[in-house]
Amino acid sequence: MNFLPNTDKDREEMLKTIGVKSIDELFSDIPPALRFEGDLDLPPAMSEHDLAKHMIDLANKNKATGLVNFIGAGAYDHYIPAVVRHVISRSEFYTAYTPYQAEISQAVLQSIYEYQTMICELTGMDAANASMYDGASAAAESVTIAAGLTKRKRALVSRTVHPETRAVIKTYAAGHDLVVEEVDFENGVTSKEHLLSSIGTDVCCLVLQQPNFFGNLEEVDDLSQVVKENGATLIVSVNPISLGILKPPAEYGADIVVGEGQVFGNPMAFGGPYLGIMAVNQKYLRRMPGRLVGMTTDDQGRRGFVLTLQTREQHIRRERATSNICSNQALNALAATVYLSWLGKKGICEIGEQCLQRAHYLADRISELEGFSLAWQAPFFNEFTVKCPMDADKVVDALIKKNILAGYPLGRFYPEMKDHLLIAVTEKRTKEEMDDLVAGLEGLA
Amino acid sequence: MKGLEPLIFEISKPGRKAYSLPELDVPVKSVDSLLPEQHLRERPAELPEVSEVDVVRHFTRLSQLNFGVDIGFYPLGSCTMKYNPKINEEAASLPGFNDIHPYVPEDLAQGCLELMYDLQNYLAEIAGMEHVSLQPAAGAHGELTGILIIRAYHRSRNDHKRTKILVPDSAHGTNPASAALGGFTVVEIPSDERGGVSIEHLDKAMDDTVAGLMLTNPNTLGLFDENIEKIEEIVHSRGGLLYYDGANANAILGISRPGDMGFDVLHFNLHKTFSTPHGGGGPGSGPVAVKEFLEPFLPVPTVTFDGQKYNLYYDRPQSIGRMKSFYGNFLVMVKAYAYIRALGPDGLRRASEDAVLNANYIMRKILEYYDLPYDRHCKHEFVVSPSRIKKETGVRTLDISKRLLDYGFHPPTNYFPLIVDEALMIEPTETESKETLDAFCEALIAIAKEAYENSEVVKSAPHTTVVGRLDEAAAARNPNVRWRKPE
Repeated sequence: MNFLPNTDKDREEMLKTIGVKSIDELFSDIPPALRFEGDLDLPPAMSEHDLAKHMIDLANKNKATGLVNFIGAGAYDHYIPAVVRHVISRSEFYTAYTPYQAEISQAVLQSIYEYQTMICELTGMDAANASMYDGASAAAESVTIAAGLTKRKRALVSRTVHPETRAVIKTYAAGHDLVVEEVDFENGVTSKEHLLSSIGTDVCCLVLQQPNFFGNLEEVDDLSQVVKENGATLIVSVNPISLGILKPPAEYGADIVVGEGQVFGNPMAFGGPYLGIMAVNQKYLRRMPGRLVGMTTDDQGRRGFVLTLQTREQHIRRERATSNICSNQALNALAATVYLSWLGKKGICEIGEQCLQRAHYLADRISELEGFSLAWQAPFFNEFTVKCPMDADKVVDALIKKNILAGYPLGRFYPEMKDHLLIAVTEKRTKEEMDDLVAGLEGLA
Repeated sequence: MKGLEPLIFEISKPGRKAYSLPELDVPVKSVDSLLPEQHLRERPAELPEVSEVDVVRHFTRLSQLNFGVDIGFYPLGSCTMKYNPKINEEAASLPGFNDIHPYVPEDLAQGCLELMYDLQNYLAEIAGMEHVSLQPAAGAHGELTGILIIRAYHRSRNDHKRTKILVPDSAHGTNPASAALGGFTVVEIPSDERGGVSIEHLDKAMDDTVAGLMLTNPNTLGLFDENIEKIEEIVHSRGGLLYYDGANANAILGISRPGDMGFDVLHFNLHKTFSTPHGGGGPGSGPVAVKEFLEPFLPVPTVTFDGQKYNLYYDRPQSIGRMKSFYGNFLVMVKAYAYIRALGPDGLRRASEDAVLNANYIMRKILEYYDLPYDRHCKHEFVVSPSRIKKETGVRTLDISKRLLDYGFHPPTNYFPLIVDEALMIEPTETESKETLDAFCEALIAIAKEAYENSEVVKSAPHTTVVGRLDEAAAARNPNVRWRKPE
């Protein structure tokens, strides 16, 4: 296969216009020693039919489809309505570049403006950008904002924040010579006592996750107060689908809200592409990285949308830039916008309540089992941690034989918790599926 | 203020809905009994209340206000807006690749891991390097990854005095930004009269405080740096590393390999060179390739194969860490993989050849009206300047670009690279026919003539788009970045 429309005759005519004898001549400025001779060691070309078959064969080597999924831990198995794929498959959206030419990019621009509005509504914040690479990198860039604003070099991150988010924060911090310290947890939530002993007026921020990685709801009001007293920035990483029923972070003092937007209409897809949500209060608006769309008018007074506050960005600030982010996850943000339009004002509450009710049903059933118990007493939304009578890895392996993905074994990230299993429940999990999981666990005890 | 299409919020009506959820088939408890009051939301978020047909019509009508590669020619320099093969989209929508959680046990994800492992190897072969990380989500993300790898390498040798990164003045804006984010001071190296890196300035700047040089080759002028061997010698002999910005790799597939040129680390843009769609600004993917000696610093995890099974490999104590969660933009990898398999080695080389042929063809056809700052064969893109037109008629690059919209073309990249006055950066790609290129050249020439005969029609363009020139200054002065319900 190739996608070259030029015929040999076209090529001949074009070479003549250029005034060269061969295409090779166009490469004469490459030093001879650096010209690659022969063919790259790659498999030979395929017809579309052969390729289609090959891709299906590869996809079928994955054996997860059809298993009942209780794994969450940062990516969630929510239903994606048909309208989402329908809209994002329109090639006016997906074959466009960044909307630099506003006159022919109003679809992308207006849909981002709608997305920004929805994220502001959910989080309670003043402004949201057009999206970041993912929730983890959004959190990492937030720490950079906080350090820049406060001119402080020490960042605190709770140990209840997703371990991969913490890892990305540390990677990004290296370039800024920031010191990242972790705040320990107690009873499954961030320890206020440990926070008090760690924080000081040299701390730029605290990063929290709500609900936290274990599924528990943090005592955010208390923690927020401590952060404010020290003049630091409060960064909260949310599961955004929880915000239909949970308090918007703006109301407990979040300065920057980030989150993994995959839950809004994007498939789990082995980890990506997803979208990083970022929303800030007014004070941080001009420090927020990434693209931002604003409303304006054209020369005849008609409403239109443009990329705005671009002076913040790398293509203008170059070496003075505080972020290098260039692309966003526009198509994923569009999926989120379509999803949230479909769900609407009532649906976002109802789906939150469904997750809550189903998760609590399952938690109650499991805690009745001999040998299994809930690890903590803290309130939770759609995810909770179970202490098992054996290694959680063994539980997962055993349940796969019953076509169930039982959850995520926490031992991988918390070596002291090898017998802890993190279980997530979405609106998709039926009573019957949950009862099957309970029966499977019962058989193990 | 009336818009072209109402905002989704403006067509909202209380009580209308599109969603349906499964019946709640578990015993229901009161929410207050499950969650303490302090955690509960008091006022619902003002999301729209619309029907399914409202959603579909709204976004379908909106989509018709946009231009994309599937609509027409998109010669946006350094962005490689080539055709996005439809089989790639089909492959990336297979349930086996979509309904799979990133934390399923590896045994259940052998298809994903095999694809990633093979893609790592294909990209390494194309780069002329040994190892690849697929984790970075975009080009700039790959740059930061590469810069952090360079930093980790020097530190591992207890070399802490290398605090600078050299960047040519023709570089993409993300290069200096990425270097700064990696903790380096950026030193700009001027271009010489042939459009390449000034050897004289490089020679002066390159000392034991320099960690490396970031170079795009061919550069943003579309010119292959003829002195690349000399550059390599200067940087390496004084302990620096060479970073290759792969944004322009569409010129060199199977023709010349960055690893063979002497580069130590690079990123590719799968959304440029390897045909995955740009999505209106993302998702992209920016894999990083390195030479053997930099492997210990790559992000974790990468994919390995033990002869029977594909695995995620984390055992890399000197790694720079993670750049994002999970393993990268997997579905974008699926599309790039499908593209490489479709074309094979011969097809990739021919793609680069035709990309270069197409660019040179346009360049030679418009020279009567547009000035070429460096008169050499270009690679996959080139930069011209309408400086004569500007001087004689007052028509600027921005005006020409806006007028091109009336002719049905997406404009080239404007005002970049910064070293060329009124730059128009044109990259046709290989997937465009001679007829399309001819029509584009005719439009550029017609606009040049209009500039002399009736400059107002160019200066006030566009005339046929759904909106005219938008007031960007007003948007920035008083930002309105979210909708609010009228009181």
